[in-house]
Amino acid sequence: MSDVSVAQRRSSDVLLPPGEGGAKRRMRAMSLSRLAIHATLILACALYLVPLVVMLLTSFKTPEDIRTGNLLSWPEAFTLIGWIKAWGVVGSYFWNSVMIVVPAVLISTVMGALNGYVLSMWRFRGSQLFFGLLLFGCFLPFQVILLPASFTLGKLGLANTTTGLVLVHVVYGLAFTTLFFRNFYVSVPEALVRAARLDGAGFFTIFGRILLPMSIPTIMVCLIWQFTQIWNDFLFGVVFASGDTQPITVALNNLVNTSTGIKEYNVDMAAAMIAGLPTLVVYVLAGKYFLRGLTSGAVKG
Amino acid sequence: MSSVAVFSPKASHGRSTDWLQAWLPKLVLAPSVVIVLVGFYAYILWTLLLSFTNSRFMPSYKWVGLAQYMRLMENDRWWVASQNLLVFGGLFIAISLCLGVLLAVLLDQRIRAEGAIRTIYLYPMALSMIVTGTAWQWLLNPGLGLDKLLRDWGWEGFRFDWLVDPDRVVYCLVMAAVWQASGFVMALFLAGLRGVDPSIVRAAQVDGASLPTIYLRIVLPSLRPVFFSSLMILAHIAIKSFDLVAAMTAGGPGYASDLPAMFMYTHTFTRGQMGLGAASAMLMLGAVLAILVPYLYSELRTKRHE
Repeated sequence: MSDVSVAQRRSSDVLLPPGEGGAKRRMRAMSLSRLAIHATLILACALYLVPLVVMLLTSFKTPEDIRTGNLLSWPEAFTLIGWIKAWGVVGSYFWNSVMIVVPAVLISTVMGALNGYVLSMWRFRGSQLFFGLLLFGCFLPFQVILLPASFTLGKLGLANTTTGLVLVHVVYGLAFTTLFFRNFYVSVPEALVRAARLDGAGFFTIFGRILLPMSIPTIMVCLIWQFTQIWNDFLFGVVFASGDTQPITVALNNLVNTSTGIKEYNVDMAAAMIAGLPTLVVYVLAGKYFLRGLTSGAVKG
Repeated sequence: MSSVAVFSPKASHGRSTDWLQAWLPKLVLAPSVVIVLVGFYAYILWTLLLSFTNSRFMPSYKWVGLAQYMRLMENDRWWVASQNLLVFGGLFIAISLCLGVLLAVLLDQRIRAEGAIRTIYLYPMALSMIVTGTAWQWLLNPGLGLDKLLRDWGWEGFRFDWLVDPDRVVYCLVMAAVWQASGFVMALFLAGLRGVDPSIVRAAQVDGASLPTIYLRIVLPSLRPVFFSSLMILAHIAIKSFDLVAAMTAGGPGYASDLPAMFMYTHTFTRGQMGLGAASAMLMLGAVLAILVPYLYSELRTKRHE
C-alpha cells in the first residue's frame, strides 16, 4: 500500500514539469480532448435521435408537404390528419395487443416467480437439469417450434384467437421469467427460508411473506421485459393470428407494405409511432428496470 | 421415525401436511416441466420429423429422408439468404461492437449528462423491429428520403438508392439493426467498465501510459466476458432477424435481402413448402447451437478454473 503511494507521488513529480507553461499546455490538451469526447457523444446522440425526429415530423405533415419538403424540413402546418387516419387503421389492433399483453405478462410473471422460488429454495433431484433444459429456451430460434405450435393451437381450437396468442407468449416467455426470479432468489440467504420452515411456515407462506415482499425490483424487471417482448412481437402474431385478432405490429406491417394505392407516409409514420409509444413510455419511465432486464438476460442467459 | 409417528395422532396429521409440503414444490413446477418438455423439445423433434417428409400445405408423414435438405442445398434463394445472413450478421455484429465499445469508453470519462445520453443511445432497443423497419424504410426511401435531404442541403449529385439495389440492400438492413442494437452493447460495456478496479487504471497512469493505451491494453481485455456475451446476443438477434426484413424490404427487391428466418416463414406459411421450411428451421437451430455450444463450453471451463 505505502509502496504504491510513494510511487504515485514520485511519478507525479516527474509527470508534472516545473513551471507554469507546462501546466497550461497540459490543461489545454486536456480540455481539447474533453471537447472532442463531448462533441462525439453529442453527435452520436443526434444520429440516434434522427429517426425518431423524422418519424414525428413526417407524421405531422400533409402528403403534399412530404413531397415538397424533405425528411428534416419543418412541417408547413402541423396537422393531425396522419394520426387520425392511422388510428382509424390500427386503433382496433392496438387494443388487440393490449388484450394479448396484459394476461400474457401477468401469467408468465407469476409462473416465473413460482418456478424461480422452487428452483432456488426447494431444489430436488433433477431440478437443476430442468433449469438447464429451460434455459435453452432463451436461445431457441422460434422458427423451430412454429409448425408444431400451430398444429397444437389448431387442435385446441385456439388458432387465430387472442387466447391462443396469450398461451404461446406464456409458454415461450417462461424461460426468461424463470431466469429472472431464480437468479434473484439464489442470492437470498437460504437460512432465512430454513428458519421460517422450522417455525412451521409452509411453501406458500414463506413465498408470500418472506420472498415476495423483497422481489419488487425483480417483478418490475420481469414485467417490463415481458411487456416489451410481447408488445413488440411480430413472428407469433403473424403466424398465429389473422384478421381481427392480429396484434398492432402485424397491422402496422400490413399498412406499410401494402402495394395498393398511394403511399401516405404521414399515416405510416403516425402508425409506427402509435405502435412504438407504449414501449417507449415504459422505457422512459422505468429505464432502470428495462436495462437491468436486458443485462441480466444477457449476462446470465 | 415412522414408528414413533404412528403412535401420535398429532404427528400423523403433521405427516400428511408434510407429505403435501414435500410434493408442493414439484406440483408447482409440474406445468412448466410439461411446457418445456412438450413445447420446446418434443416440438423440435416434431419439426425434425417434418423436415424428413414431403409435407406441403398440410403435414404429411411420407418419409423422404434427406430430400428436403438436398433441395435446400440446391435452392438458390436459400443460398442468397444464408449469404445475406453472413454479410448482415458479420457487419451488424462488428459495427455494433465497435460503436458500442467506443461510446461506452467515451461515456465512462465522467460525463455530466451521462444518464440522459445513455437513455438516448438505448431507446431504439425498446422499439419493435417492425417500427424500426418502417422508420428506416422511410429514411432510406430513394427519391424522398436521405436522397432528397442531402440534395436539398446542397449536395446536388447525391444519390442513395441502396434500398432498391439488389447488391446493396443488405447494408440497409445493417444500418437499421446497428441503430437499434448498438446502444445495448454500449450499456453492457458501460456496466462492465464500472466493474473494473480503478486502482489498476491509476497504477497504469502512474507508469505513464496514455488513456487510449490503458483502455486498449488493460481495461478492454479484462472485459472479455462482456465481449463474449455481447457477441452471443448480437449473433442471436442476427439469426432470428425476421421482423426487420419483413418491415423494411419484405425480402426484396426480388429475394435479394432474404434471410433464413424470412425464407423459413415464406416457404412454410405462404408457399406451401412445409417440409422445406422445416428443414431450413432445423439448419437455423444448428447455427444457433454452433455458436451457443462453444460459448457455454468456455463459460463452464473458466468457471471451473476460478
